[in-house]
Amino acid sequence: MGIEAAIPAQGFLTTSLQKLINWSRRSALWPMPFATACCGIELMATASSRYDLARFGMERMSFSPRQADVLIVAGRVGIKMMPVLQRIYQQMTEPRWVISMGACASTGGVFDTYATVQGIDQFIPVDVYVPGCPPRPEMLLEGIRAIRRHIDQEGLPPTGGKRVPLSIAIEPTHEVAPQPTIGVTVGAT
Amino acid sequence: MATASKPNLDHPTFAILKEAFPAITLRGTEYRGQSTLIVEPQDLHKVMTFLKNDPRCDYNFLSDVVGIDYLGYPAPTIGRFAVVYNLCSYERDDRFFVKVFLDPSIPTDGIEEDPALYVDSVCDLWPGAEWTEREVFDMYGIRFRNHPDLRRILTWKEFPAHPLRKDYPLRGRGERETYRVIDRTDA
Ligand code: SF4
Repeated sequence: MGIEAAIPAQGFLTTSLQKLINWSRRSALWPMPFATACCGIELMATASSRYDLARFGMERMSFSPRQADVLIVAGRVGIKMMPVLQRIYQQMTEPRWVISMGACASTGGVFDTYATVQGIDQFIPVDVYVPGCPPRPEMLLEGIRAIRRHIDQEGLPPTGGKRVPLSIAIEPTHEVAPQPTIGVTVGAT
Repeated sequence: MATASKPNLDHPTFAILKEAFPAITLRGTEYRGQSTLIVEPQDLHKVMTFLKNDPRCDYNFLSDVVGIDYLGYPAPTIGRFAVVYNLCSYERDDRFFVKVFLDPSIPTDGIEEDPALYVDSVCDLWPGAEWTEREVFDMYGIRFRNHPDLRRILTWKEFPAHPLRKDYPLRGRGERETYRVIDRTDA
């Protein structure tokens, strides 16, 4: 947040510089992977060469929350894990965003049990919800791009006061393919 | 149930135990070639010691310790809870199960210590039993005498129930909803 504070409130220079800052900020969103379950595998696939998260300047998985901008919660979170997740969130410096990846992180998924948190947004702010079980890498990229668009359009959230999470829900980007019809008969003929 | 065949109790360990412990109650059962010995809780430790040390048994590996809650089980059982020890002998390539039944003496919906839900720990025989016994304690509230470190292992210290008991609701009693909430101003 340091550079903006030094910029005068009005003037031609401000807008241009703001654009530059937004561009540089959105081009190097360092993710903090919080991969607790199978969605983490898809997160790794997103980072691997086929989907290549490096295209967005995100190849550097930040295993220290203090040097991360985006917390990607990929997988189910038990209530016993909550202190860890909250601690990681609190250690991240502003500006920070949180992506809830997959059905489990967003809602608890099929794990409707005594120990599984039924949606991490009950306890920490979530900016982007990426649906799927697991979401395809394209969907996660779509979620990341939603944050990038937000930075481009609105810059940073205002300082001070209680900031509200963005609450962006990603829509599936693909058409569901029809089931192939092949001439197979099941059972005796 | 009606078609259940008679268990085939020809596992050699049964005969060895019968000869070694003529005075204590031993029951046996078998299902698809897997033999299970049922002992009284007070006899467990000496039977286990024998099973480990006798050269004809030589069960040198304890592969698992699990608990079972038979509440609402369709067939009659000897007790409400069971602890099952899954023994294995590497040398003889043989598996054997030992089971103890326990009946609670106080209501099972809390976490108070129940003097009836106690069995002897086998950690002194197989050190690997330490964590599996902790899991049985955590999930069923069955305590193990002489256990070196009997704490909860999967749930957290203040967890107000033993969650695998059948009278505990699947979705819990609000444990997953009560936690502090942080917002964006927290740092
Ligand atoms: S949403 Fe599906 S893939 Fe992701 S953690 Fe849950 S069960 Fe695994």
